[in-house]
Amino acid sequence: MNGLNLFRIAVHALSNNKTRAFLTMLGIIIGVASVITMLAIGQGSKSSIENQISEMGSNMIMIYPGESRMGGVKLSASEMNTLKIEDYESLKELDYLSGVSPLVSSSGQYIFGANNYPSAISGVSPDYLSIRQLKLASGAMFSEDDIRLSAKVCVIGTTIKNNLFPNGEDPIGQIIRFKKIPFQVIGVLESKGYNSMGTDQDEIVLTPYTTVMKRILAVTHLKSIYASAITEEQTEVAKQEVSEALRYNHKIESGGVDDFNIRTQEELASMISSTSELMTTLLACVAAISLLVGGIGIMNIMYVSVTERTKEIGLRMSVGAKGIDILSQFLIESLLISVTGGIIGVVLGCSFALGVNKLVHWPIEIETWTILVSFAVCSFTGVFFGWYPAKKAAQLDPIDAIRYE
Amino acid sequence: MRNKIIELIDIKRNFSVGSEVVRALRGISFTIREGDFVTIMGTSGSGKSTLLNILGCLDDTSNGEYYLDGVLVRNMSKNERATLRNRKIGFVFQSYNLLAKTTAVENVELPLMYNSSIRSKDRRDRAITALTRVGLADRLQHKSNQMSGGQMQRVAIARALVNDPAVILADEATGNLDTRTSFEILTLLQRLHSEGKTIVFVTHNPEIAEFSNRCIILKDGLVDSDVYNSDVRSAAEVLANLPVLNED
Repeated sequence: MNGLNLFRIAVHALSNNKTRAFLTMLGIIIGVASVITMLAIGQGSKSSIENQISEMGSNMIMIYPGESRMGGVKLSASEMNTLKIEDYESLKELDYLSGVSPLVSSSGQYIFGANNYPSAISGVSPDYLSIRQLKLASGAMFSEDDIRLSAKVCVIGTTIKNNLFPNGEDPIGQIIRFKKIPFQVIGVLESKGYNSMGTDQDEIVLTPYTTVMKRILAVTHLKSIYASAITEEQTEVAKQEVSEALRYNHKIESGGVDDFNIRTQEELASMISSTSELMTTLLACVAAISLLVGGIGIMNIMYVSVTERTKEIGLRMSVGAKGIDILSQFLIESLLISVTGGIIGVVLGCSFALGVNKLVHWPIEIETWTILVSFAVCSFTGVFFGWYPAKKAAQLDPIDAIRYE
Repeated sequence: MRNKIIELIDIKRNFSVGSEVVRALRGISFTIREGDFVTIMGTSGSGKSTLLNILGCLDDTSNGEYYLDGVLVRNMSKNERATLRNRKIGFVFQSYNLLAKTTAVENVELPLMYNSSIRSKDRRDRAITALTRVGLADRLQHKSNQMSGGQMQRVAIARALVNDPAVILADEATGNLDTRTSFEILTLLQRLHSEGKTIVFVTHNPEIAEFSNRCIILKDGLVDSDVYNSDVRSAAEVLANLPVLNED
């Protein structure tokens, strides 16, 4: 018996019971379609989060003042004044950092002419642009000279621009007021939109950190320091280097607790993506269970089919079919059901995913491996759940089978 | 001397039912030569079915030797017996046993499907030839549920002929048919016999024996009588003399 003949016999047997074959297939179709859709949505949201994070600068390192004790009393991080200008200056010397910027901020009302808008002002160094991957749409960034002079200049984001200059005037060169201090606008940033946490990244005003520290807040400590590692891979080494420098500056003995915290984007990314990975895993589990149920459906129908066709099996054996021929025939039947169901399921799953993307604008990503894995699982399901019924058929005694009523 | 197609030497077959041993065949010996048309008769319990299973290589013997067309069947594996059935035996069953919702020609092709040396074109040609021999050349594409009992049995006979077997084993082949159709089938078998086919017809109907040239009667697992029939009746003549039913 050659394979082609067995295949023909199996197709013929299935086409004799089209409705039943289709209903059996339905379990697999729903299983595969849900696997594909769920994974596409899961992968899509994961990679969209990852993209947004890397847009924020995947090699970014954030240094915050950390836990400290004053005479046995634990103080909250926001009360800590442990980060100083000297820390910033020393980080500038490090090998693995490509940029360092202090951050001091204050909030208040911006006023220009008859328009006003509540927001914050961020005191930074010119490196901040490259660290946060910000680009200028027009004008220029302030310089080191501006920092030395605590110049009253600023670079604004598009949200600020749109609110203070609603009629589309060119803001460059205009004077806006923040807490009664006049700032000259020297640059406008390109729009970045909202990030995955829902923060408007265009609501931003940058000014020299010295200006904020001396003219607005009158403080000597920094709220935080932003830095970027030379490459994403060097983030860990850079983090180590920063930690050592700060411990040296702050005279922390070995074994002592850091009075600062270092966060990398990578940690943030893995935190967020682990949440979405968990979701993806859960969705995949639900889908896999439905595939299992589909497989049991196949097994059930194949058992019914073997019993129902006992006489046919007896006849085939009496005209010369060997056990292996009968086994192969029923295995091919269950494989045909599961693989055809798999193909339909993949097509449906992809269409569902695209539909979700079109209708509710969820990000999706259909990866080749999910399709390949679905196929592999389908074939496995077909063979695994078809095996016992097929084995049962092959082991029938032709004498009993041919006289089975 | 014609070739020996079937040679049985002291065939015994025992079945264990619980603690008892049922001796279905208790030592049967006979030889069937090429071109014989043999009826095997006996009441129920005489061992007919057991003998048929052994002749059809579906069952093994407990004792004794069985040669089919010169091949020793004893000690063959299941798969070897399947191949032997495929090449040497054509079965005709009481209840036709055609594949449901399958055309006549596909039903007849079935034994050749399990013979990988035959190509699909050849297979189709041989099936059509076999169907033509049984007078169903115009029913090739009819499905099994679109045919009468007689036609279905003809398809079954064509299926038994298609692999050009050494022997055709018919098991109560007219049992499900009315008188007229039974004689039509007998006429067909007699014609095949006259063309040189070896036929073994197992039945409990004594009338059939009159149309064969040899009759073996079994009783309690032994051969009770084995007689040649010199006066073989022609089924075609009987058929011609049957009263014609007027269905107007």
